[in-house]
Amino acid sequence: MPAEKTFIIADHCFHCGEDITTGIYKSDDMKFCCLGCKTVYEILSKHNLSNYYIYNDIPGQTQQKQKLNLDYLDVKEIAEKLVDYQDENTSIITLFIPAIHCSSCIWLLEHLYQLQPAVLKSRIDFLKKQVTITFKNQEATLKEIIEMLVSIGYEPLISQQDVVKEKQGDKAERKLITKIAVAGFCFGNVMLLSFPDYFGLGNFEREFKDFFGWLNLAFSVPVVLYSGAGYFSSAWNNLKAKRLNLDFPLALGIAVMFIRTAYEILLHTGAGFADTLCGLIFFLLIGKWMQQRTFQHISFERDYRSYFPVAVTTLKNGAEISVPLSDLATGNRILVRSMEIIPADAILLKGEALIDFSFVTGESQPLKKVLGEVIYAGGRQLSGVLELEVLKPVSQSYLTQLWNNEAFVKPKNAIRTFSDTASKYFSIMLLSIAIGAAMFWMFSDPDKALASFTAVLIIACPCALALSSPFTLAAVISIFDKNGFYLKNNTVIEQMARTDTFVFDKTGTITSPDAAGMTFKGQISEEQEQLVSDLARNSSHPLSRELTKYLNRPAVWSADNYAEKIGRGISGKINGNDVKLGGSAFLGLPLSNSPEKTATHVMINDQYLGYFIIRQRWRKGLNEVLQKLGKRYSLHLLSGDRPHDKYDLITHFESGDQMLFEQSPQQKLDYLLKLQNSGKKTIMFGDGLNDSGALKQSDLGIAVTDNINNFTPGCDAVLDGGSFEKIPQFIQQSKDAVKVIHMSFAISLSYNLIGLFFAVQGILSPLIAAVLMPLSTITIIVFTTTAVRAFAHKNRLL
Amino acid sequence: MNMIFVLIGCSILLALIFLVAFFWAVRSGQHDDTYTPSVRILFDDELPGTEAEKSDEGYF
Repeated sequence: MPAEKTFIIADHCFHCGEDITTGIYKSDDMKFCCLGCKTVYEILSKHNLSNYYIYNDIPGQTQQKQKLNLDYLDVKEIAEKLVDYQDENTSIITLFIPAIHCSSCIWLLEHLYQLQPAVLKSRIDFLKKQVTITFKNQEATLKEIIEMLVSIGYEPLISQQDVVKEKQGDKAERKLITKIAVAGFCFGNVMLLSFPDYFGLGNFEREFKDFFGWLNLAFSVPVVLYSGAGYFSSAWNNLKAKRLNLDFPLALGIAVMFIRTAYEILLHTGAGFADTLCGLIFFLLIGKWMQQRTFQHISFERDYRSYFPVAVTTLKNGAEISVPLSDLATGNRILVRSMEIIPADAILLKGEALIDFSFVTGESQPLKKVLGEVIYAGGRQLSGVLELEVLKPVSQSYLTQLWNNEAFVKPKNAIRTFSDTASKYFSIMLLSIAIGAAMFWMFSDPDKALASFTAVLIIACPCALALSSPFTLAAVISIFDKNGFYLKNNTVIEQMARTDTFVFDKTGTITSPDAAGMTFKGQISEEQEQLVSDLARNSSHPLSRELTKYLNRPAVWSADNYAEKIGRGISGKINGNDVKLGGSAFLGLPLSNSPEKTATHVMINDQYLGYFIIRQRWRKGLNEVLQKLGKRYSLHLLSGDRPHDKYDLITHFESGDQMLFEQSPQQKLDYLLKLQNSGKKTIMFGDGLNDSGALKQSDLGIAVTDNINNFTPGCDAVLDGGSFEKIPQFIQQSKDAVKVIHMSFAISLSYNLIGLFFAVQGILSPLIAAVLMPLSTITIIVFTTTAVRAFAHKNRLL
Repeated sequence: MNMIFVLIGCSILLALIFLVAFFWAVRSGQHDDTYTPSVRILFDDELPGTEAEKSDEGYF
């Protein structure tokens, strides 16, 4: 290793690069931040897999997290559902592993056989973050394979909803690529065979003319019947639905071109338009391919099933049994461990419940629940083990009922894009010009009537027009992608440009979940903070840990007479001072003294000092974003939380009426519906399950997340939390993109006009068509991509 | 000049062979993942001395 690497090792974990706070985890002179990272390193070096650390500096992910319960993988029905293929000897399973991020990951995961001899083969699809493992199921169970992945820090995401991408998408893309290949192959050959004709055949070469013509015709048959077949069926379906889209003039152009080519060649009257025809379909299909390329690693269709666990631990006669979530019935006793999710509405029977509902209700602070209270599904237990009794099956719970709403059943209304609207008028114009030209020649020169009619349809075939939108939007999508904004498809851009109403969720959307800080209400000196920190360090309660992290002080004194009353508070003697931390009841305070449920009160030497509470932090740039958007659009806030932040935000919203708090998921959906019914084009920003309904109902639902691998509710686009401040730029860029589409439409129309000038006179030669078509196509491709990039520079997105 | 018919026939046949080869590549999934193989090819074989029996020595 080069010398500069030792510098990195000095301060940061050799495995994951986190700052090292304690120096006790060491192995082979390498330092690690935690036991997890050290274990991974030792496993890898024991199995000759240290190459992992050679390909990248710090390839690992931090291992400072909770242990998982994987017992459910031994349940036969669950295991069978997960594997792709199974026979007596081998099993194949495809797993989604969000931690895959660098070439070291590929290397390690493809060398799994060195770790676990039962693995026959493992293959990574890096962009989809998937690994396909073939293993001998006699020698290792599925659970052992997954445990091995977890032990080296590659924990797969296993959920009820299939996170592994269906092979369907691949099939469709393969078919399109095959079509492009056929069109490209024929296009190339036809071009070669047409060259002699362009340069004028001498008398000597006449004999080849027929031969070349026949070959051209033969090549254009598969292009029209196979590659171009989609345009005919699409045009026909649209006509049946009484719609005129761009596929109609395209199909008409293709058909006319083919018939005229066949006619000319068979009757020896000319060379036909085989070259233009093949080129047209080739370019069109490339445009289609551009349009279909999407983000393979992001799922936009998730619902509660991918958030909830696959299986739950139930208690039957004192024994713990894993049961698939769908088999959970009313009356079952279930066990929920620390950091697990409550899978169904249930009554608390045993344990100390401190539950984080921020993802489900938007409530920013964890709630304490007492024995006998009903706990709604979806909350995450923060400390200790709970025993609960299920009240309702999973699909009937308070939260999951939302998915029965009709917004989830009926597909979103597809918007009429600019190109849809324009193509309707274009088709009508084109047909009338063609008929007009035919009528004109009908009286003076009947021979030319048919020639000019077909020539108009051929030359005005809107190839460049059809490519304007896909190429512009594909360029915008890739620019957004670089800025941490991932779109489901390209109609989202046009939808964004039309929006006039912005609706925001609060918790997790405009606040940053990781940066939740604490504030102290009251008076406390630095020495006293040190005492508090030294006491809190002894407790593993989430609030204590949060407090220690917030105070960020070194350990100075140890606690004497330390006592912890689970769920109530802690006390101890620090450096001769009596320190107590906890709820108001624990400290013997009057209940009215406790305005916030999760306040941690502080008492030193029987003197009450005040309390710590968790405060949300706003996302970076929130004020600027709201100010900029507020100037041009109407803003609304829909929060499931209590209104304690209302006055921090009210300056940004037109009135308090547009800020709603304590909203249920259903109320959020209804509010969006109300806005839409009053003619507003809405865009909803949300993050949690409670926003799912609103995201689905709004014209455009954008999920905000700090880690794109985490769960995001079903949406049209995913925004990385770090790019929140760029929202106004994204909106501007999408408006500019629509401008670019308009301009490129104008350009391609002017090409069409030049062509029409020849066509209506009935003097269109194959050569003009063969030059004009690729020329206009290339102009459009170059123009749209450069214009989009220029606008992106202007909007500071590049 | 009749040679040209034969030559054109040959060239088209050759092109068709490549087209069929491309179909085979697509069908066998070579275009499904266009990124990972580009990384995979850069990995060294096993480090010398660690697992010598897996190296290419057998070919010499």
